[in-house]
Amino acid sequence: MEKRIRVLVAKPGLDGHDRGAKVVARALRDAGFEVIYTGIRLTPEQISEAALQEDVNVVALSLLSGAHNTLFPRIVEMMKAKGLDVLTIGGGVIPDADIPGLKAAGIAEVFTPGTPTEKIIEYIKANVK
Amino acid sequence: MDIVAELLNGSKLAISRAITTVENEYDEATEIMQKIYPNTGKAYVIGITGPPGAGKSTLTDKITKEYRSRGKSVGIIAVDPSSPFSGGAILGDRIRMNELTMDDGVFIRSMATRGSLGGMSRKTAEVVKILDAAGKDIVIIETVGVGQSEVDIVKTADTTLVVLVPGLGDDIQAIKAGILEIGDVFAINKADREGVERLNLEMEMMLDLDQSETAWRPKIMRTVASQNQGVVELVDAIEDHSTFLTQSGMLEKHRFERTRNEILAMLDEAIKIYLMKKVAGSKFESLTTEVNERKNDPYSAVKSVLSEVLK
Repeated sequence: MEKRIRVLVAKPGLDGHDRGAKVVARALRDAGFEVIYTGIRLTPEQISEAALQEDVNVVALSLLSGAHNTLFPRIVEMMKAKGLDVLTIGGGVIPDADIPGLKAAGIAEVFTPGTPTEKIIEYIKANVK
Repeated sequence: MDIVAELLNGSKLAISRAITTVENEYDEATEIMQKIYPNTGKAYVIGITGPPGAGKSTLTDKITKEYRSRGKSVGIIAVDPSSPFSGGAILGDRIRMNELTMDDGVFIRSMATRGSLGGMSRKTAEVVKILDAAGKDIVIIETVGVGQSEVDIVKTADTTLVVLVPGLGDDIQAIKAGILEIGDVFAINKADREGVERLNLEMEMMLDLDQSETAWRPKIMRTVASQNQGVVELVDAIEDHSTFLTQSGMLEKHRFERTRNEILAMLDEAIKIYLMKKVAGSKFESLTTEVNERKNDPYSAVKSVLSEVLK
C-alpha cells in the first residue's frame, strides 16, 4: 500500500479562531495527505502526545493569539523528549521579527497570512522525512 | 528499538510505530504480527457504528471514561473516510476526545479507510491486535459514519453498538436490512430530542419481528452523550452482552469463526499473489488476446490456466 503523509493540524493555547487551520486542513486533504484535525485550545502536552499516538510525519501549528514564542518551542521540545523526529511548521499572525527565533527553536518554516496553500503543500512534500 | 518487546511492554512509541508499519504494509509488518500474535485474544472488542453526526465520537469519549473509572485500560481506533478523489482524509474524531489524550491508560489512533468500503480500514483488525497485545483491556473501534450496508464491524467486534438519533426517518427504515440487524446494543443518542419515544417503539417492534432463535435480545438504551446521561447504563448493557457471550459459549464460537475467516482471507490473498506471479508474462498476454478476439472463451481460458498452475 502506498505510504500516506500524515499531518497533525493543531491549535495550541487560548485562541478560538480556527478558520485558517480548517482551510489548510482541507487543502492538505485535497493534496492527498491524511490530516488529523484536533480542534482548538490544546495544551503543548496534548499536541505532542497526539503526534506520538498518531505517528505523524508533520505537525502544523496555527496560532493567532501572540503566544507563539512560548508555545511553539515547547511543543518541539516535548516531541523530542518523546523520541519523535517530526517536521514542525507554524502559521498564523506571526511578526517577521519572531521568525528567526522560532526557526532556531526547531520550527522548520513559518507561513504568515496570505500564503497560498500550494506553497505549504510544496514545502511539506519537499521536506517531509 | 526492539519494537515487539517494547510494544508488549506497552510503550506508546512502539505501538504507534507498529501501527504505521502494518498500515503502510512495510516489510517488517508480517514479522511484527507473527511475534505479537501469541499475546492477542485478551482484549474485549467493542464496535461503535451509526450514521454521521449521531454522536459516535462523543459517545466513544464518554464510554471510555466510564471504563477508565472501572479500572480498565482502553485502546481506540477512530476511522474516518478517505477521499475517493485525492486519497487524502480529514480525521477529526480526536476533537471529541482531547481530554483522553493525556490519560496514560488510553491510546487513540485515527485511521483513514484508504479505499475500503465496509466502514473500516482493511488494516483495522490488525491494529486491534496491536492494541490488544500492548495490554489494552478494551479496544473500541469507531467506524466511519455509515449508511445502511457498511457492516464489516461485526466481523471484528465482540459487541456491536449501533448509535441512532431520533428524527432520521419513518418506521420502514427500521425493517430494512443492514446496520439495524447488527446491533447487540442500540443507543438512541440525543435522547432529549423530539421523536425519541417513537424511535424507541419502532426499534422494539423491529426486534419483536425478529424470528431468529438467539437468546440475546438486543438492548435499546437512551443517552445524551454530550451531557453524559445514560452512559453508565449503556456500559452496563455492553457488559451484560459480554457476560451473555461468555456464559453461553458464543464468544468462543464467534472467535473461532473469526480466526477461520482470517486464515481463509489471508490464504485467498496469498493465492492471488502466487497466481498473479505465475500467470503474468507473454503466455497470459497471448491468451488474453485470443479471448478478446473471440478465438477462445474466458471460461476455457481460466480452466487451462488453472490446470497449468496447479500441476
